[in-house]
Amino acid sequence: MTGPAGVPGRRTCGLTIETQGLTKRFGQQVAVDSLDLAVPSGAVFGFLGPNGSGKTTTIRMLLGLAAASAGTVRLLGKEMPGSFQDVLPRVGALVEGPAFYPFLSGTANLHRLDAAGRHADPATRRERVGLALERVGLGHAAGKRVHAYSLGMKQRLGIANALLSPRELLVLDEPTNGLDPQGTREVRNLVRSLAADGTTVFVSSHLLAEVEQICTHAAVMSAGRLVAQGPLAELRRSGSSRLRLVTPDAGPASSVLAALGLSPETGAAQPDGDVLLAALATPGFQSEAGAGQPAAEDIVAALVKAGVRVRGFAVERESLEDRFVELTGEGFDVAQ
Amino acid sequence: MTAVAGPRGAGLSLLLSEIAVLFRRRRTWALLLALAAIPVLIAVAVRVSSAVPPGRGPAFLDRITQNGLFVAFTAMLVSVPLFLPLTVGVVAGDTIAGEANLGTLRYLLVAPAGRVRLLLVKYAGALAFCLAAPLTVALAGAAIGAALFPVGPVTLLSGDVIEPPEAVLRLLLISAYLAVSLAGLSAIGLFLSTLTVVPVGAMAATVVLSVVSQVLDQLPQLEWLHPWLFSHYWLGFGDLLRQPVLWDSFASNALLQAGYVAVFGALAYGRFVTKDVLS
Repeated sequence: MTGPAGVPGRRTCGLTIETQGLTKRFGQQVAVDSLDLAVPSGAVFGFLGPNGSGKTTTIRMLLGLAAASAGTVRLLGKEMPGSFQDVLPRVGALVEGPAFYPFLSGTANLHRLDAAGRHADPATRRERVGLALERVGLGHAAGKRVHAYSLGMKQRLGIANALLSPRELLVLDEPTNGLDPQGTREVRNLVRSLAADGTTVFVSSHLLAEVEQICTHAAVMSAGRLVAQGPLAELRRSGSSRLRLVTPDAGPASSVLAALGLSPETGAAQPDGDVLLAALATPGFQSEAGAGQPAAEDIVAALVKAGVRVRGFAVERESLEDRFVELTGEGFDVAQ
Repeated sequence: MTAVAGPRGAGLSLLLSEIAVLFRRRRTWALLLALAAIPVLIAVAVRVSSAVPPGRGPAFLDRITQNGLFVAFTAMLVSVPLFLPLTVGVVAGDTIAGEANLGTLRYLLVAPAGRVRLLLVKYAGALAFCLAAPLTVALAGAAIGAALFPVGPVTLLSGDVIEPPEAVLRLLLISAYLAVSLAGLSAIGLFLSTLTVVPVGAMAATVVLSVVSQVLDQLPQLEWLHPWLFSHYWLGFGDLLRQPVLWDSFASNALLQAGYVAVFGALAYGRFVTKDVLS
């Protein structure tokens, strides 16, 4: 299977999900605050945020389950919820965990939910239900009552429900909740293979690691607001990184770095020399990160040219996890 | 890409599925069995006790020993005030709230079922139960009556005598009358069900309303109100036991129930179409 970055035939133009000023208020409380989401077609889009940051409420508004207090939603190019009859048959969804009739079998549950849509062909229902169950590895438990399913099996059944028809968009809210590591990996592979077929996948999660491995794009929510959005590579890059230089010639090195527009600080000295640290890129996810800054090799060249003995040189990148925590974990004034 | 007009038969799928799911539930079976138990209890009690003195107990009770079919008539009469509204309240109160409580409501809507269509299908399911419930009492009553007592010609309220097959037809007619009678209550239950995600709450409220309506119907001081109470004609099926059949109460009842269906259907629609599904 090709990785998400190198999938052939991916549509690059157009937005599958587009919201403008999307807002949801519950009384005084603002659950989602003027959200401008842009999910490109063909993307595997990670929708990140801690629990309670408004992810599920956003998904409910996307799918027309809840009405927006303000703002607009366009799904697959059409206005929601107005065009739900056109849009939703092309969307598979897992919203806030799976939910089924406990007294019906897995197969009967899928038949029921498939019958709910007016667009699903009854003639192929049996076949499609069977395929969806096989695809999530539930073929052996298809005839069991859902009452007897484990949380992980219910989760799989929920994903099977989202896959009952060919979909152009999959909305998966915390799809690996309750799954064991093996199940988590299977879901990842499933998402990859669906994306390879050209399906746009919108995955919400509070687990960064999950998103990081499969996504091409990501957005980060915090306290109802969107604090970052863009291609994953850009999100990674835009995290602040810093230069770490080990040299016995701290003085000259400082002036070389200062001349390059950096502001070096002295770190804890090491046996083989002083340590200089300098922030490289300014944080700011959606800006063109690091524009106008010298490349690492140019910095080294300048240092060597000035006669600085470079004993250690590294560009230390802030991990995506640091970035995630920085964006979401520090109270209200973090989101800029 | 996807055909907007669904394939043939797809529109009916949800209705068939709703009825199938309703009647596959153990709870539905338990409700129907409880209803079937009423005529069985009556028949067994009459059978094991000595002769019932005429004029005591519910109407028709004293006639059972001569004609088993009267078990069915007695049981229907007995089940109207509480048992039928109770079971219908459970089913109608569960319609939307039950799905919301399970969380399946969001998946039905995302499928997409369409809110109006789902509401109509849910109401149709409740109506199917309204028909099944009195039919169960009637058929169980006729069966147990025939098993424990002799069956013969039935003397109607008008004094005419009809043969057993026609008496069974009258039983079916009464079942239909009761199904219509319960349509208004079902609409009330449907509306209450859109207000909550706790099905038991909607069920209890529906049953309580049916009791309140019947209590109000007993108060002579509120006579002006009586024709407007949805339970007003519930016991009016006696006219179906005359020769020829008097259709007046059937018609008045149907009109009244239609009014309740219209009002509470509209309320349910207004509530459900704008409701945020957050469960």
